[in-house]
Amino acid sequence: MDETLKELGEYIALKLVDEVKHFTIVRGELTLFANRDDIVKVMQFLHDDNQCQFISIIDICGVDYLGREMRFEVVYHLLSPVRNLRIRVKVETDEESLVPSTTDLFPGANWYEREAYDMFGILFSGHPDLRRLLTDYGFSGYPLRKDFPPSGYVELFYDAEQKRVVYKPVKLTQEFRTFDNLSPWEGTDYVLPGDEKAEGKT
Amino acid sequence: MTDNSMRTFNINFGPQHPAAHGVLRMIVELDGEVVERVDPHIGLLHRGTEKLIEQKTYLQAVPYFDRLDYVAPMNQEHAYALAVENMLDIKVPMRGQLIRVLYSEIGRILSHMLNITTQALDVGALTPPVWGFEQREILMVFYERACGSRMHAAYIRPGGVHQDLPQELIDDIEAFCDPFLKVCDDIETLLTGNRIFKQRNVDIGTVSLEDAWKWGFSGVMVRGSGAKWDLRKSQPYECYERLDFDIPVGKNGDNYDRYLIRMEEMRQSTKIMRQCIDLLNSSEGKTAVSSSDGKIVPPKRDDMNSSMEALIHHFKLFSEGYKVPKGEIYTAIEAPKGEFGVYLISDGSNKPYRCKVKPPSYAHLSAMDFLSRGYMLADVAAILGSLDIVFGEIDR
Repeated sequence: MDETLKELGEYIALKLVDEVKHFTIVRGELTLFANRDDIVKVMQFLHDDNQCQFISIIDICGVDYLGREMRFEVVYHLLSPVRNLRIRVKVETDEESLVPSTTDLFPGANWYEREAYDMFGILFSGHPDLRRLLTDYGFSGYPLRKDFPPSGYVELFYDAEQKRVVYKPVKLTQEFRTFDNLSPWEGTDYVLPGDEKAEGKT
Repeated sequence: MTDNSMRTFNINFGPQHPAAHGVLRMIVELDGEVVERVDPHIGLLHRGTEKLIEQKTYLQAVPYFDRLDYVAPMNQEHAYALAVENMLDIKVPMRGQLIRVLYSEIGRILSHMLNITTQALDVGALTPPVWGFEQREILMVFYERACGSRMHAAYIRPGGVHQDLPQELIDDIEAFCDPFLKVCDDIETLLTGNRIFKQRNVDIGTVSLEDAWKWGFSGVMVRGSGAKWDLRKSQPYECYERLDFDIPVGKNGDNYDRYLIRMEEMRQSTKIMRQCIDLLNSSEGKTAVSSSDGKIVPPKRDDMNSSMEALIHHFKLFSEGYKVPKGEIYTAIEAPKGEFGVYLISDGSNKPYRCKVKPPSYAHLSAMDFLSRGYMLADVAAILGSLDIVFGEIDR
């Protein structure tokens, strides 16, 4: 399995020298790191090429790595039913950069990209209908970002006077608690004086 | 008056429509009775599952998966458990695998039985749900007897399953199999040859195989269009490789083919269940139900009374949880509705850094516009039923 993936990875890297930065094979999964602006070309190649035939779009999702220069990753999962292989393609982006949309190639990408926009605020260029999808009408903010609090900012109430539902700022009767149960004692390098000689570390 | 032939009008389908199978709001643009455009508005059941999972330890995240596709809860847990096990690189003993497969197939029957009968209800048949739900009730009691809950099981956990099945339960499941096949035959007499059912379903919602792949379809939706594709066969997990079953494949890719496939899959599931029970009763199936790795799988109550180590493990596992090595994994299983995947990213701590759930019916519903364009308004309900959607997993 790993051999086939390695072969395929090398083949793709050879064919798409400029578009694909590098690839990795970890836990039997092939991951391509592509340039953001070339993503459509990469996907087109993966879709059309006879050795790849990744004709099925499985998933597109955003991941937020807060603190990186390029904050978000957009992760594409494709499936080749003919070759019975899966592939993962990653591109990096931030709040402002546009990721070219793959909807023309995979119509199924439409909702996945809308969801990534809704949840992370990742912008896709050339998307036919980049609206919010899962959140409420008129929602603001991007809930799956790491700096968005799990409680959110507003909550819904039914206002008996106005006879309609209204938004109010979140008021927690009890402070949100995060239990940090991580053990402080683990991962320590216990050094026994004189023991380094036994392991030949001088 | 303006030119009437140019006028289209919009109607709201749902979010409280019984044929919407949950909380779906669809804006349907109609020209007379012909559908011009469908715009599904989803998210009315959005609970932020993915965000919540990021706040919980790996074990605490399990129950969220029951609440995704609540028609077949254990299948989702199964995908998550497999993903975590892949990351931790642990193996589940044979008995644990067999129980998982057994309950996954029960989940498949639960889901297909609900879908077939309610889709029939959508097109006007009233009896099938009554017959089908009787069987679902029996199966839910099997769920309850295994884990104490009819739906939200939290039974399949990373490392194995929560506890062993009593022998009487295994015997009762075995006794369920044969009469169930009879019920399948009975339900088929109501639907398969039924003229109204065929008029409403044959050649409705047709999708070609090429389109099916492009739209990201999986499961019954691609098999209906003629692909011999089932993850249980093509990318086998657990002990599916050893089990003997067939994959029904359709020809025309319409509602009716998908109905026939679901019907046959229930029979095949029964076949798998019977094989699992035989293996569970053989010497091979008499192993432990979960991995013996004390750092992952909590100890049994009995052990905690006599073993200090078990007590420490218990305390650590239910406070800190276990740490999962840094990395990422995408694991998919063949859920009743199609490919259910879990994309798990770990940063090496005791909580998932990101857990993306890939629900099968999300892709199917996104193609609703493509599927129903040009059909009649009444067909929208039939197509929607045939997609087999559940809002728990679409909205997450």
